[in-house]
Amino acid sequence: MSMIKMDDVLETINMIKEENLDIRTTTMGISLYDCVCDDDDRFAEKIYDKITTSAKDLVKVGCDIEKEYGIPIINKRVSVTPLSMVGGAISSEGYIKAAKAMDRAAAEVGINFIGGFGALVQKGMNQSACKLISVIPEALAETKMVCSSVNVASTKAGINMDAIIEMGSVIKRTAYLTKDEGSIGCAKLVVFANVPEDNPFVAGAFHGVGEAERVINVGVSGPGVVASAIKRAGNCDLLELAEIIKKTAFKITRMGQLVAKEAAKRLGVEFGIVDLSLAPTPAVGDSVAHILEGMGLESVGACGTTACLAMLNDAVKKGGVMASSSVGGLSGAFIPVSEDAGMIDAVRSGALSLEKLEAMTAVCSVGLDMIAVPGDTPEAVLCGLIADEISIGVANTKTTAVRVIPVHGKGVGEEVDFGGLLGVAPIMPISKYSPKEFILRGGRIPAPIHSLKN
Amino acid sequence: MKAVITVVGRDSTGIIAKVSGKCSEYSVNIIDISQSVIEEYFTMMMVADIDKCSIDYKDFVDIMNDMGRENGLEIHMMHEDIFNSMHKI
Repeated sequence: MSMIKMDDVLETINMIKEENLDIRTTTMGISLYDCVCDDDDRFAEKIYDKITTSAKDLVKVGCDIEKEYGIPIINKRVSVTPLSMVGGAISSEGYIKAAKAMDRAAAEVGINFIGGFGALVQKGMNQSACKLISVIPEALAETKMVCSSVNVASTKAGINMDAIIEMGSVIKRTAYLTKDEGSIGCAKLVVFANVPEDNPFVAGAFHGVGEAERVINVGVSGPGVVASAIKRAGNCDLLELAEIIKKTAFKITRMGQLVAKEAAKRLGVEFGIVDLSLAPTPAVGDSVAHILEGMGLESVGACGTTACLAMLNDAVKKGGVMASSSVGGLSGAFIPVSEDAGMIDAVRSGALSLEKLEAMTAVCSVGLDMIAVPGDTPEAVLCGLIADEISIGVANTKTTAVRVIPVHGKGVGEEVDFGGLLGVAPIMPISKYSPKEFILRGGRIPAPIHSLKN
Repeated sequence: MKAVITVVGRDSTGIIAKVSGKCSEYSVNIIDISQSVIEEYFTMMMVADIDKCSIDYKDFVDIMNDMGRENGLEIHMMHEDIFNSMHKI
């Protein structure tokens, strides 16, 4: 007699069929250390070869596992060593060529995004990072699948305001260069504090400096599963609710771990981490906002949202940590606006403001994510927005990030539709008061003290 | 490996025969079977050993899915490890 119980089987199938349970991404991290070279064309060629050789079976193995195990694996992706670390000897144009090579390689292996066109500049910006950052707008405008991330701060180094100033300008130029597609380039560009080096989710994915030659990192998802579990629980108190979320997160993560290990084994690479994120999609029934509303908020954005989210995030982590031998990446609830049907509705109705979102990021994963603001927002204001969000991460020893889209030619009341997973973003109002003098002082905000806490 | 085959749909004559017939046709050995009918709905779970499956397992999955569609049944096949990892500590 088998030990498998009918109830468990039906529950699992229901999670997949009705509640959108899936493996959100299987991401292969690839080291580019052996691509170092002082010739622009040769550099691009080496990168192309390295990616296409290393990841040639990634999509096939993903599809095989999907079928054999009966679990949908939505995205297969690649992350590489931050390019600025291996491109010190090439020119700015060389970096654009390298981005195009990444794009071609991504198409060749059949993935939908590739991360790692980025730099770590939390304490200072070397020549290589300078060259790379200066061409991010062109690189994003001339490629389809390349994603870029720049880490501008850490709790140990403080906040590199000069880098934030640079990123303000990069974001504006990216928005302009991709204006015909709703400034979509900015949706593939993230500014980080305390960036994790093993994150499988784009746009912030890259293969960290201390990682193995190749690894498999898996991002699990399942906002719908958590939302349904909460709904089934009915009128219970918060302790009970936390237990239910923990148990659900445990199950989701176990599935992620199983798939990650199997994929790593079949690909002959190391298993890296499982990222325990609740990652929404614009699909109905796949929303983090709806979980919060299921917990009892009239709308996400109401007073109480931060508390509700803090509890959700904590319970997800507690359940997930028990379920996996190796947890990493961003691990938490994602609250992107354009990628979450419930968040979109709350912004449209005026229930959710930029300020509330900022507060929410203090207690959950990532940060101000997929936020569209008016195209005429001044650079200094964008820098101020970034500096605020980054400060939350630095002061709280957590990852925060900004993925903001100043949509060229659009203003408050309008919307931008990126299509697919990136979704629809209503343009949100942003403070018109200027932080310019503060920002343009430049330099670095010192690392925060970690005693005398209150 | 063992696969868990679930079949859900409106009850009719011969569902088990159809499913087990396909299993037998492709040398898939049924180890365990349980079923119930709640109101008009038929639910069945089978655990099957697919090590000796005469065709590629992925093709077998397609064949089962097709048969389900033709007969108005939802047939789902999953690796048993999924359940062992999700529902056991």
